[in-house]
Amino acid sequence: MEIELVEIQTFIKKYPPFNLLPEDAIIKAVHNIEISYFRANSSVLELGEIIDKFYLVRSGEIAISRRNGDLYDKLDEGGFFGQLGLLMRGVVRFPAKTTQDTLLYCLPQTIFDEFYDKYDQFSDIVEVENTTRLKQAFESNQDDRNDLTTAKVKTLLTRDPVVLPQTSSIKHVAKIMSEKNVSAILLTDPTICLTQNDTDFVGIITEHDLCIKVIAQGGDFNAPVSDVMSYELNSLDSNAYIFEAMLIMLRANIRHLPILKNKHPIGVLDVADIVQYESQSSLLFVRSIFLQQNIDDLVALSKQLKNCFVRMVNEDANSHMIGCAMSEIGRCFKQRLLELAEELLGNPPVPYCFLALGSMARDEQLIVSDQDNAIILDNNYEHQLHNSYFEKLAKFVCDGLAQCGYSYCTGDIMATNAQYRKTQSQWEECFADWIDHPKPQALLNCSIFFDLVGVFGRIKWAEHLNAFVVRRAKKNNLFLASLAYNALNRKPPLGFFKNFVMENDGKHRNSINLKRRGTAPLTDLIRVHALAIGSQSQNSFERLEDIIEAGILPSTNAQDLLHAMELISIVRIRHQSLDLEIGNIPDNNIEPENMSHFERRNLKDAFLVLSNAQNFLKFRYSANKFRVE
Amino acid sequence: MNNFIVKKSKKYVNNEILNWSAFLRLKKMKSQDTRLKYFYQQGTYNEETPLSDIQFLALDFETTGLDVDQNSIISIGLVPFTLSKIFCKDSKHWYIRPQDKLEENTVIIHGITHSDLTEAPSLEGILVELLDHLKGKVIVVHYRNIEREFLHNNLYNLIGEGIIFPVIDTMQIEADLKQIKNWSLRKWFSKPNVESIRLANSRKRYNLPEYSAHNALIDAIATAELLQAQIKYHFSPDTQIKKLWI
Repeated sequence: MEIELVEIQTFIKKYPPFNLLPEDAIIKAVHNIEISYFRANSSVLELGEIIDKFYLVRSGEIAISRRNGDLYDKLDEGGFFGQLGLLMRGVVRFPAKTTQDTLLYCLPQTIFDEFYDKYDQFSDIVEVENTTRLKQAFESNQDDRNDLTTAKVKTLLTRDPVVLPQTSSIKHVAKIMSEKNVSAILLTDPTICLTQNDTDFVGIITEHDLCIKVIAQGGDFNAPVSDVMSYELNSLDSNAYIFEAMLIMLRANIRHLPILKNKHPIGVLDVADIVQYESQSSLLFVRSIFLQQNIDDLVALSKQLKNCFVRMVNEDANSHMIGCAMSEIGRCFKQRLLELAEELLGNPPVPYCFLALGSMARDEQLIVSDQDNAIILDNNYEHQLHNSYFEKLAKFVCDGLAQCGYSYCTGDIMATNAQYRKTQSQWEECFADWIDHPKPQALLNCSIFFDLVGVFGRIKWAEHLNAFVVRRAKKNNLFLASLAYNALNRKPPLGFFKNFVMENDGKHRNSINLKRRGTAPLTDLIRVHALAIGSQSQNSFERLEDIIEAGILPSTNAQDLLHAMELISIVRIRHQSLDLEIGNIPDNNIEPENMSHFERRNLKDAFLVLSNAQNFLKFRYSANKFRVE
Repeated sequence: MNNFIVKKSKKYVNNEILNWSAFLRLKKMKSQDTRLKYFYQQGTYNEETPLSDIQFLALDFETTGLDVDQNSIISIGLVPFTLSKIFCKDSKHWYIRPQDKLEENTVIIHGITHSDLTEAPSLEGILVELLDHLKGKVIVVHYRNIEREFLHNNLYNLIGEGIIFPVIDTMQIEADLKQIKNWSLRKWFSKPNVESIRLANSRKRYNLPEYSAHNALIDAIATAELLQAQIKYHFSPDTQIKKLWI
């Protein structure tokens, strides 16, 4: 580079994320900058295309939009973009176009990566922007940080501030407040000529002020609002964190806080916004399940489950965390329904254990889920005497679950089905029969019984049953072979040339069912290995850890399976979350053309891992093999 | 040589030389200086090459004055670019020891100090490197009379041979565009207002930022940005190079 590039150097060192870098890094950046000119209304980055540059706006204006095309943000001189795509290994997540003639400084990815690794000042800024400002989280990490400390206030703003001149009458202000349905209005002084550094409002008036300072005092409604408004103003920059807003509101004992961007108000934060935001957290959600006093309240609460799910996805949770939280919430609904059922029906005549089966037992439940459940009864159960109680109990719970969004099981594997209410010894016999006399056809529909967990009553019984199953299955090669045979039924959607093969039936034509073609066959084959080594874990990731420890798979294969499971799960989760965010009904189907290049490529790799693992399974547990050690 | 040269004053392109490739081949044969011979040997683009395929090089000089016979080059800035990217990485800037005698009291010209220049290499000292940057590229300047004529003259004085190559003149493009715009008006015959087509003013029309610092390299970059903007506004990536070079 030449020293004469000082013009560019002075520019970039004014703006984050460059402003905190040492001089030699600035010079290196300048050295490598490529300049591009775009006319107004031309596209800079298209969704899903490869990105290998980090962009800084030199002049002009850029509009960043969401995947669904909604405007997300506008950037002007000094604004930067592209970091999310770069951190996601090179695919555009947020399309960018110019709204004015724009000159961009583009920094190649190699330099971006180098700065990102080398300078915390740089990575902090692009990362904060990544995880909270852009509100889309794609890297999974950060297990339990409190997100009030990482989310920014501007994410809570839902509307522009309502602004009136301070000369307006109190009556007029109150009228506008009710018309616009806001609880606070910002007031300007029309006589003040603004300089650059002034904020353009002089006071705020809230519902509370009107109540205390006007109505309670018998004040004059026609007096100017300036008589009663608050002049001592607290405000906060839109990039501040939510917890800072809470601190200010607590300290100043106020309920409304103007939020500024470049010294101009872009909204008023209401304390209710913060409460609302926090109430979507999954921990609070679990607690509130147990506070609901009847089915109707539970049903009402269940409508908020999707917000909770979307929020976890946006906060970067991985599929294991989301699966655990959703399963825990599902089990809590069940528990609360059983408590309500017992209140209604009286105490049970004999002890029982209510079971969750399948994904809820594996801690792998997502937002689209049906209910699979069963009951273990005490060995003293007498059909004539006790059946009607448990029939009613099961009906109450299953109907309640259905109303809360957990649809009835299409295979009728529910406690309402009399054949899935058995005593402890009957269940043991039943499992013993499945294991000792395996018939693939019979096993086909009962694989979910091998993922079970107790949710209510004598929970220990579920553990005992599980231990019984594991002990018995481990020794039985024929059973493992039959289970393996079934696990090969569902193939990954890859064609001969490793291209995607689409579903060709029904309304999901030309899409891929990520559950049927991905997570389900993976779960099936992981279960076979887990049973073969006598693992008592239920969750697929935990089972895989056990499998890795037992050393029955080449270690790289087992690691690949972990990654494949996580990838397919998280793609499925994100697509469900996006569907929810734009108001669609989430499902398990994904159209390859709606996937980013990055997702497509990685999904293919993941399916390939599944395909290879299935081949290995076939070879390892073939029925005529003498022994599985 | 004359059959290659046609003087035209048409709408907005002055095609002084019709076939640059052939012209440079001829120059190669006639040139006495091995450095220039090598430069001409690299040739240039086929005249029908679309702009999107062209490697451009923006070039800017600062001189001791405007008289090409009296004054000489004191600094050179250049930066290669394409229709979509300007590559700062490959930019270059030199101070040049002027051939005319510097008066002791003209200490600072364009912020360049006397000692910058007395310790600087001569034009001949950097000629090989300069030609290496120029070769094969389409040179872009703002006001070709300075860059083309000063390089030609200064070289002629040094090695007894001048230099000629095709250029795109962003100032000429602005002037031509103004002519077209005024065509329908009575003013079509009047001279364009020179002030309005200077680099800074031309850039304003494309909403390009103002630069406070001025040196040969920043002005070269400013010229490159201007051409990118002019092409985005008035031409297309498929426009053939013959439409713009002079």
